[in-house]
Amino acid sequence: MPYGPHTDDDRTRMLTALGLSSVDELFDDIPEALRAFPLDLPPPEPEQELAARLRSLAARNRTDLVSFLGAGVYRHWSPPAVDQLLLRGEWYTAYTPYQPEVSQGTLQSIYEYQSLMAELLDMDIVSASHYDGAAATAEAALMTCRATRRDRVLISRGVHPHYRDTVATYFKGGLELDEIPLVTDGEAAGTTDMAALEAMLADTDRPVAGVVAANPDFLGLLEPMPRIAGLAHDAGALFVAVVEPVSLAVLAPPGSYGADIAAGEGQPLGIAPQYGGPYLGILASTEALVRQIPGRLVGMTRDLDGQRAFVMTLRAREQDIRRDKAASNICTNQALLALAASIYLATIGPHGLRDVAAIGAARAAELESALAGVGIRRLHPGPYLNEFAVEVPRALAVHRRLLGAGFLAGLALAEAEPADPTLADALLVCATEVTTSDEIARFARAIADAVAETAGVAGGTRR
Amino acid sequence: MTVPTDLRYTPDHEWVRLDGDEVTVGITQYAADQLGDIVFVELPDVGRSLERGKPFGVVESVKAVSDLFAPVPGAVTAVNEALASGPELVNSDPYGEGWMIRLSVADGAELDDLLDASAYDAIVAAG
Repeated sequence: MPYGPHTDDDRTRMLTALGLSSVDELFDDIPEALRAFPLDLPPPEPEQELAARLRSLAARNRTDLVSFLGAGVYRHWSPPAVDQLLLRGEWYTAYTPYQPEVSQGTLQSIYEYQSLMAELLDMDIVSASHYDGAAATAEAALMTCRATRRDRVLISRGVHPHYRDTVATYFKGGLELDEIPLVTDGEAAGTTDMAALEAMLADTDRPVAGVVAANPDFLGLLEPMPRIAGLAHDAGALFVAVVEPVSLAVLAPPGSYGADIAAGEGQPLGIAPQYGGPYLGILASTEALVRQIPGRLVGMTRDLDGQRAFVMTLRAREQDIRRDKAASNICTNQALLALAASIYLATIGPHGLRDVAAIGAARAAELESALAGVGIRRLHPGPYLNEFAVEVPRALAVHRRLLGAGFLAGLALAEAEPADPTLADALLVCATEVTTSDEIARFARAIADAVAETAGVAGGTRR
Repeated sequence: MTVPTDLRYTPDHEWVRLDGDEVTVGITQYAADQLGDIVFVELPDVGRSLERGKPFGVVESVKAVSDLFAPVPGAVTAVNEALASGPELVNSDPYGEGWMIRLSVADGAELDDLLDASAYDAIVAAG
C-alpha cells in the first residue's frame, strides 16, 4: 500500500462518492468560531538550518544547575533498565491498538501498570493512564459530577495551581468550581481550611459533587485527608485525593482514608523531568465508580481454550461507542510512560520505593536544618515529606541570583501563586534521594550570600 | 415476532404497562436481543420527574450503550433494584422481571400517543 498524501484526484473521487462539493461541507456541524484557522507560521527552512536553530534553542536550557526544584516534578534515580527497555521499538506508541486483543503484549503491560498502581494507591480500579496529573485531576472532578448528578466541585488551594487551572478549563462548559482557601496562620498554616470547607459544604442550595485535595499539598505539607474525606462524604459528595506516587511508599494510600477517586502525576516513577512532558496521568477509583472512570481499562480473562488472555474492557463508556455521551472525549493513554512506571516499580520493588521516599524525607530534613543554620526558616510549621516553603527576603531576586551561581533554588512562590500575599517572599524547595549533603551545604552558603548581596541592590528585583 | 398485546410501545423499543395511576416501563424483547448480553442498567433516583422523550437512564451491553427515554411524563416511584446485580434479567424476561422503572402519571391519556402491539410489530418487521 502506498504511503502518501491524497492527490487532488483522490479527493475529487471521494467527494463525488459522498455527494459533496467541498471538504469544508464535512465540517458543517462545527460552529464557525470553533473551526481551525490558518496558523501564522514562518516559511519552511532547509533541514540543516532548522536543525541548527533548534539546537541553539535547546542549548538555552540549563542542565548544569544543582536543583532544589520540585513543585510537581521530582528528580529520582532511575535504574538504567527503565530507559533501556523503553528504547525497544515494539513499545513505541501512546495508543492502545485499534484491534487491541491482537496485541496481547501491549495489553499485558497496561494490565501490569494498572495492577501495580492499584496496589500502591489501595484502589480497586486504575485506568490505563491519562496525559498528566493535571488532566487526571480534571477527569476525576468530572467523574464526581457524573456520579452524583451534581454540578459543583470544591478544590483546595493546596492543589497544584496548574491542576486547578486545568480543572477550571474543563469546567467552563457549565460546571461550578469553587476554591477552598488555605489556613493563613497557626499550626495548620498552608493546609486546607477545614472550617471554610465545612461552611462551603453546608450550602444546601448548591450541593457539592466532589471535594478535591492534595497530599502532600502544593506547599509540601501533609493534609488531614481522612477528615476532608469524612466532611465530603457527610455532605453526600465524593472525595478526590491528588497524590504523589513515591510518597505512598511511606504515607497512607488514598484507599485507606476513604478516597473515592485518586489522581496524580506518575512522573516520579522512572520518568525524567522534561520540559513540558510527556508525563503520566494516574487515575483510580473505587469499584462503585467503574462506569464513570474515563479512558482505557484492560482486564484479564480466559479465552475459549481456557488460557489467560488480556482484553480491553468496559469499552462501552468510550467515545467510539457512546459518542457525545462518553465518559471522556480523551481515550488516549500514555502507554510508553505507564510502562516506564511499571518497569521502575518492578525494578526497585516495594522496599526500594520505601527507601526512595524515606531518604528523600531525610535529605529534606537536612536541607531544612542547613537553611535554618543560615537564617532561612520554614514558612509553615506543619509536617512535610520532602518539600517545604522557606521565607526568603527578596525571593525573586535571590532566585535569579542563584541561577547565576549554578543553583536552581526551587520555585519562587510569588510566580506560582501571585494572588497569595503570604507567599510573596518565599521559595518552595525540595530534596530527593539524589540530593547530596554536599549540594545542600553549598546551597545553604550560596543562598545566604545571595540574600546578603541582594540587600544592597536598589529595588531588589534586577541584577 | 409477536409482542404482548396488553402493553403499549414506543418507536424506541420501550414498553409501557398502565396499572391504575402508575406505569411500568421496560425495553422490548427485540431491543434486548439487538443489544445482546446486557451488563449494566443505570436508572434514575426515585422521586425524579421525567419529561416525555428525555433520557432517564442507560442500558449497556457488551457491545453498545443506549439511552432510555421517558415514554410518558411522570415522577419515578420505583426502580428495579434487582437489575443492579442482575442486569441479565432484561435479556431473560424483558416484560417481567426485567422491568426498569415505575412512574406515577397524572393522566392515563398520556398513553394514547403510544403504539399498540400491532403498530409496534410493524415497526420491528420493517427493520
